[in-house]
Amino acid sequence: MSNFHLDIVTPDNLFFSDKVEMVIVRGIDGDLAVLKGRAPITTPLRIGKVRVFQEGKERVAAISDGYVSVQDDKVTIVTESAEWPDDIDIERAKSAKERAEKRLKDRRDNIDIHRAELALHRAINRIEVSQIKKFD
Amino acid sequence: MAETTREIKRRIRGISNTKQITKAMELVSSAKLKRARERLDKSRPYYETVLHNIQEILGSTGNVKHPLLDIREVKSSLYIVIAADRGLAGGYNGGVIRLAEKRIREQNKDAKIIAVGSKARDYFTKRNYNIVGQFIGISEDPQFSDAREIGSLAMDLYENKDVDEINLVYTMFKGTISQVPTIIKLLPSNEIDEEKKERKTITEFEPSPEEVLEYLIPKYIQSSIYGALIEASSSEQAARRVAMEAATDNAEEMIDELNISYNRARQAAITMEITEIVSGADALK
Repeated sequence: MSNFHLDIVTPDNLFFSDKVEMVIVRGIDGDLAVLKGRAPITTPLRIGKVRVFQEGKERVAAISDGYVSVQDDKVTIVTESAEWPDDIDIERAKSAKERAEKRLKDRRDNIDIHRAELALHRAINRIEVSQIKKFD
Repeated sequence: MAETTREIKRRIRGISNTKQITKAMELVSSAKLKRARERLDKSRPYYETVLHNIQEILGSTGNVKHPLLDIREVKSSLYIVIAADRGLAGGYNGGVIRLAEKRIREQNKDAKIIAVGSKARDYFTKRNYNIVGQFIGISEDPQFSDAREIGSLAMDLYENKDVDEINLVYTMFKGTISQVPTIIKLLPSNEIDEEKKERKTITEFEPSPEEVLEYLIPKYIQSSIYGALIEASSSEQAARRVAMEAATDNAEEMIDELNISYNRARQAAITMEITEIVSGADALK
């Protein structure tokens, strides 16, 4: 399979920068697989997983909100945070999940609900991704 | 005579103490500068990519309507001024604050200020500027969430038409000895689409250009602010380091001079004593 360049950038670092064969991301309109020669596209992403295929192997990373931009065989994913399963602090994600759930149950004011929902999504996503590793 | 030597000794001791402090501060800011620079190098790809993407998109979409893109007659401007929480950083705080104030004077219109760092807040409060937001305690170690907060405050003001332009005033980090106070205009974005690319390819926007922009413009604002915060924190440490280095050098110089005067005074005292003894001995003859 032919390669293209993928960059995943976060405010804290250049998370990933290498040749890949395929990348699957979760756009706001559904999953999107990008192969070499994809027509230029820009779309926001959901909180979810990024699946990177390199030399037939798949790696999964958890990302929280961002966008993907494809230009001339260069794919850039810009996100606020990205983590490999190994880097995820499961305890932290679990406590974040509990916190968010509690906040959603209490429902005091409206602004917090939206934020709590996002936090909940992020936490669930992290927990899911961190468990992927254990199966292989 | 003994009085003067003691006096000089006392001053040397005083200056040595100060020197120790400035030296320590120099070392601390050297270490902090190193960390801040690493951070800067890591973060640069992020905000440069976002800026690049948004330029490309605005360049290729042409006329997209968005509340954050409409250009109005400027009646009121917002200035986000990024300075430090603490002083002793040479001309760092002064430079960026002066630049902001100069621009406000030139424009001579209603100005609102978001102050980052207590030095900026204190300065503008004292001069009765309209401060709409203040962020204290973040300038040394800025997080992305800080940028998000500043950004949403600024964007709300813009969308509610409380301000008609948003300027970001910060100190750009050019290197350890050179930091340049800079103003960039975040909104309206005529400056970003000036750099229209000669791009023939048509980019798809999923689900629609409007929605992509809806998402990207806040991202652009936040990441610009984040970039500025990070640049500013490196600049602050670099400026402080240089200032403290100069202070240490000055202290050393003063100590050297005082040492010379001390020796001279001591010499004079000894000479006098000898003269006294000799003349006393002479008198006995």
